[in-house]
Amino acid sequence: MDRLALDVAHLFAGGLVLVSFMLLYQDRMFGLLNIFALHALVVSLSVAWQAYIQHAPHLYITAGIALVVKAIIIPVALHRIIVRLGIHRNVETVGGIGMTMLAGIGLVALSIMVMLPITAEAGTLTREDLAFSLAVILLGLLMMISRRNAVSQIIGFMSIENGLILAATAAKGMPLVVEISVAFSIIVALIVVGIFLFRIRERFDTMDVHALEQFRGGHA
Amino acid sequence: MNESGSLLLYAMLLVPACSATLLAFFPDTKATGRLNALATFLTFLASTSLFFVRPEPGPFLIVDDVNVVFIVLNTFVGFTTSVFSASYISHELDTERLTPVYLRFYHAMYQTLMFAMNLALLSNNVGLMWVSVEMATLTTVLMVGIYRTPAALEAAWKYFILGSVGIALALFGTILVYLAARSAVGEGLDAMAWNVLVKHAAAFDPHLLNLAFVFLLLGYGTKVGLAPLHAWLPDAHAEGPTPISAVLSGLLLNVALFAVLRFKMIMSANPGTLASGPLMVTLGLISVLFAAFMLYRRHDIKRMFAYSSIEHMGIITFAFGMGGPLANFAGLLHMTYHSLTKSAIFFSVGHIAQIKGTQQMSEIRGLTVSHPVLGWGLVLGVMAIVGLPPMGIFMSEFLIITSTFASHPVLAVALGLGILVALGALLLRLNGLAFGEPYGNAAPAQASFIPMFSHLALVLAAGIYLPPALVSWFQHVARLLG
Repeated sequence: MDRLALDVAHLFAGGLVLVSFMLLYQDRMFGLLNIFALHALVVSLSVAWQAYIQHAPHLYITAGIALVVKAIIIPVALHRIIVRLGIHRNVETVGGIGMTMLAGIGLVALSIMVMLPITAEAGTLTREDLAFSLAVILLGLLMMISRRNAVSQIIGFMSIENGLILAATAAKGMPLVVEISVAFSIIVALIVVGIFLFRIRERFDTMDVHALEQFRGGHA
Repeated sequence: MNESGSLLLYAMLLVPACSATLLAFFPDTKATGRLNALATFLTFLASTSLFFVRPEPGPFLIVDDVNVVFIVLNTFVGFTTSVFSASYISHELDTERLTPVYLRFYHAMYQTLMFAMNLALLSNNVGLMWVSVEMATLTTVLMVGIYRTPAALEAAWKYFILGSVGIALALFGTILVYLAARSAVGEGLDAMAWNVLVKHAAAFDPHLLNLAFVFLLLGYGTKVGLAPLHAWLPDAHAEGPTPISAVLSGLLLNVALFAVLRFKMIMSANPGTLASGPLMVTLGLISVLFAAFMLYRRHDIKRMFAYSSIEHMGIITFAFGMGGPLANFAGLLHMTYHSLTKSAIFFSVGHIAQIKGTQQMSEIRGLTVSHPVLGWGLVLGVMAIVGLPPMGIFMSEFLIITSTFASHPVLAVALGLGILVALGALLLRLNGLAFGEPYGNAAPAQASFIPMFSHLALVLAAGIYLPPALVSWFQHVARLLG
């Protein structure tokens, strides 16, 4: 594999980690959506590039799904939901942004230290992409636990999913990648429909029913 | 021979898939419950025939000695639950907790769930197994939220998010397993097929396998309901329809555990890996002790038995973690008895909650006086689940503790403590529920008792006499599990 192909793949994967950090410190709801769209765009570019250098045309489907569903449809839908439900205020965080960022840096270091030594035989492209995708997954988990708001938790989950897609395409020749990305899109679509139809509560870190905002006026 | 075998294999998947489509559009609300039961019965028949004909493993589907046990148990409990569900759901329709549209949705989802669980157990491909476990999770999420009360939606949402995170971790583990296999097996479908993976596992990179197993254990462990990843489980059991609680406890937890076991087999086939047992033993023991003490503070009857499921999944995981022919044998037995007993308990609890109109235990008293059959059924079920002799669970718990005592006495004492604490909690609650002055609605039960008592009879019979053929079969599977 020539040097350029490797560098471009590296650029996209590293870019994905950077965008994950941007998700971590963004505290405005609409800003969060825009950055998530960027996240999805970077992952779709990354997958498309992998499809090109691995000569695996089916990966273009995965890239297309990421682009259309996650970079366009989901952010637009969430935007409308947020406006409709009137929850476009700042996002509450647990702990300060500074601490979260520090923890995020620690997680990236951790994932590089974990992945690089054990994937020594797997080839440069695979091992670097895997290290980056583990970092994206861990940052997504960090985001899910450091936000109290359902929409930002979903965005955290979708960024985990982007990390997984990066990992799956980096594992060269892995079968069923397209099927798995379709299965994931179904999850995501259900989550978004879930928020919209069920007016899912702002908080679910407690089972306290009194914490629910009763849009529907009691039991249906 | 083999052609009829693969025909049966497809029947086990096609019958639920087609019935799901049919039931989604079938307008007659009276007959749908029966049709649902009929479909699960046909699936059960197809699965029992797997004892006699064994299709060749393909790239996607496989029947081997290990999964036959799980499949037959899965389809059997699926069938009896659908019989219970028919009477349960017609009551929900009468009291207008569910509309006919939701009823159709419910039955379609029930069949989809059976399809997904069968596919997960039958799949020879780690990716396909992941997709089907995900599908099973999503269908149960939808069913947990079916009553659309704030509490039910909250439970469904919590289950959804925690389940999705678990499933995401499991996928990362699956990708790592593929990477570990790729260097030894080569690219393509073979590097994801079970039978190939186990055969070549010794040549895989042990470090990659270690990392993969951690992700897989945490990911699928979330679905097993192991503490501290169990937070979704009590809510999902308490807020959904009771047949779903029975299927969740009795079957879906087993399916997730089965996934962990398959990967454990790969781990133990590779000499360079970390021992996977201690990880499972630790998680199992934490679950048992945690759930046992939490049982004392429960007020909701379904939530209480959900915690009891966490306890028992902990015991089973503990047993498989200890490994060796005896502990594995005990783990398999315990898993079977737990599925049968816990679903029987939920059958009786479902009817009780319907009659009393509440799940609060403070408002349910004196059941053996007001509803003798249901009440004594519950008493029998609880006696079985806490592990009193002569029921089967006594035997399997005894085997697990004695086999552990021989090698690790401290662990055996800790496990025994957990089991005793849970016994105390459940008997304490049972005393209030079943005996004393009756309280609340005393209307006669319109219930189907056959599923409940057939399960309890099986557990009792197995506790007294286990046929030698069954024993040797379970021993054979236990040896395979390593």
